[in-house]
Amino acid sequence: MICAGIDIGSITAKAALVDDEKLVGTHIMFTGYNPAAAGRQVFDELLKQTGISASAVKRVVATGYGRASVDFAHKTVTEIICHGAGAHFLAPDVRGVIDVGGQDSKAILLDANGQVENFAMNDKCAAGTGRFLEVMAQALQIPLNQMGEISLGAKTPVKISSICTVFAESEVISMIARQKNRQDIAAGIHISTAARVASLAGKIPLCPPVVMTGGVAKNKGMVKALKDRLGYPVTVGAMPQENGAVGAAVLAAGT
Amino acid sequence: MTRTDEKENRKIAAAKKMRDIMTTYYLDALSASQNHRQVAWITSGGPVEPLVAMDIIPVYPENHGAMIGSAKMGEDLCTKAEEMGYSADLCAYARADIGCAVAKGGPIGGLPKPDMLICCNNICGTVLKWYEVQARYYDVPLFIFDTPVCHTDFFPETAAYVKAQITEYITFLETVTRQKLDMDRMNQVGHLSFEGQKLWQQVLRTTAHKPSPMSAFDAFFFLALIVTLRGTTTAVDFYKELIAEMEDRIANGISVVADEQYRLLWDNLPVWHRLKWLSKKFSDHKACLVADTYTSAWCGAIQYIDPDNFLDSIAQAYTRIYLNIGIDQMADQILDMIAFYDVNGLVMHSNRSCKPYSFGQMDIMHIVQKKAGIPVLMLEADMVDPRSFSESQMDTRIDAFMEIIQHKNRPHTSADMQTGTGQKAGGR
Repeated sequence: MICAGIDIGSITAKAALVDDEKLVGTHIMFTGYNPAAAGRQVFDELLKQTGISASAVKRVVATGYGRASVDFAHKTVTEIICHGAGAHFLAPDVRGVIDVGGQDSKAILLDANGQVENFAMNDKCAAGTGRFLEVMAQALQIPLNQMGEISLGAKTPVKISSICTVFAESEVISMIARQKNRQDIAAGIHISTAARVASLAGKIPLCPPVVMTGGVAKNKGMVKALKDRLGYPVTVGAMPQENGAVGAAVLAAGT
Repeated sequence: MTRTDEKENRKIAAAKKMRDIMTTYYLDALSASQNHRQVAWITSGGPVEPLVAMDIIPVYPENHGAMIGSAKMGEDLCTKAEEMGYSADLCAYARADIGCAVAKGGPIGGLPKPDMLICCNNICGTVLKWYEVQARYYDVPLFIFDTPVCHTDFFPETAAYVKAQITEYITFLETVTRQKLDMDRMNQVGHLSFEGQKLWQQVLRTTAHKPSPMSAFDAFFFLALIVTLRGTTTAVDFYKELIAEMEDRIANGISVVADEQYRLLWDNLPVWHRLKWLSKKFSDHKACLVADTYTSAWCGAIQYIDPDNFLDSIAQAYTRIYLNIGIDQMADQILDMIAFYDVNGLVMHSNRSCKPYSFGQMDIMHIVQKKAGIPVLMLEADMVDPRSFSESQMDTRIDAFMEIIQHKNRPHTSADMQTGTGQKAGGR
């Protein structure tokens, strides 16, 4: 049976298709201002890409902040449960998931069957989220997708003391004005973000094996900073950003 | 029965009467000076009975704060206090009250001017500075009733220290009012207070029944009388009626949440400005918040009260309230409630305003997870200030929490419900 998962995040929309126990394909695009249209479009693109007709898809589960706007979904499930299911599907021995997305970050504890035991989410604040890194990349005038790589060349990472995104941005700007090394600033930003995310993992607490998911998992500098902070390995799968959509598709197949 | 009829049927009839009682209470308080009566502002956990015995009208800035929150006037009044220079990190009850005193705003146009202030720090430390601020603003005498935290036990030194303050408190009241405390009247009020607390406990315990006839959201509302009119026949009579209504609902199988499937325990103060939203959110998941640690604090120290030796015994009763004990004891009380009400999960409101309530929640969460093995949800919000509330985040957290609970619990079947009728919830 072919099933789909649609994950409408604050920045990107993701779709995944599974056929029984097999992942068929995934697609990512920007959510934009219309989450309903984004849901439809990301699904259509994936169908086109995989050559599967819409009528062949038996069940659809929607997740993410825009989950309620996916009008063709049979069911909505929160991204917390979906990230757990996705991580378990892609790596069955995983017991912890750290998901850092555009507007929130979460630590999710899984039992041996991939069921969510407990979770913690960031509070009402952008610190420790993808949006924070986006703002910082802009301040540093470097493309977001290069920020991780750049930070890996740091010699003495700077210390960012502000928790608030707005204050941290002015802190970064003042460092640029003082001609601090860009690599060191980027590394400092990752260290500060990782500290926020790690505190969520500590609240539960998580224990390895832990995977990192969400768009921010593609940032190597962030992954390194998080491993350093947690003191245990954190792996990143082949498709961290699509993990929630994959989980939604898996749950669709299971219901 | 139509859906509207069904909804009507679930409404608690006593609510109207309580609204009327509260209106009369506030009208009396607002017109006190015209009637040559004195008004004392007092903290929510303060020893109010001597005031009642001396015919002084007690007024509770915290109850007023809850009204401000429910009326969604918190943001404006808190902002007013912030403009005056108070930090946004200060308790929103304190900010709203300070803002309200100056702006003379709020749902009832501000509280009546106090003749004296009674501050008991058994609920928090913020009240000390808050009441000092108000004592200066209104230029009235302030009595501070200091109750040391009982981390493990109530020691003889603490007992002697607090008892001495009861005597000082009476002397303070006699000086301010220029009248003697009538001990016969005091005993009468003591008995009424004790009876009121016992009845309040009985009200709360009706929710052990499955399905529950009322929820914590109702308790947040009906709490007002045991706070403001403790020690009066009004409170006693009202709670007797409320118990009768709850028993009637139980007998007729009327639940507050349609098709109750899951039972939850709430910790910390309510999010006053989001009661309706939260209530609907949980009801939509067929979950009933059957009990909470907050409203049960007003009957949590009954075992220390001796109605025949009231003044002496309240030294211990007012010192050993929920917020003035150690984390381990708090966790024990929560574990007892989890068993008594047979709940499927614990919802903790990490309340930005209330530091003593929110401090230690993480430890309690871990203790509960370990000992009771039920899911625990932490919600970050504020009791009055809506600026600390993010709806979409709350939505996701509650949905995810309920998804976990649904997975962990086989839904109660209608057969389960029937066998549960008339029985008290058992332990887990």
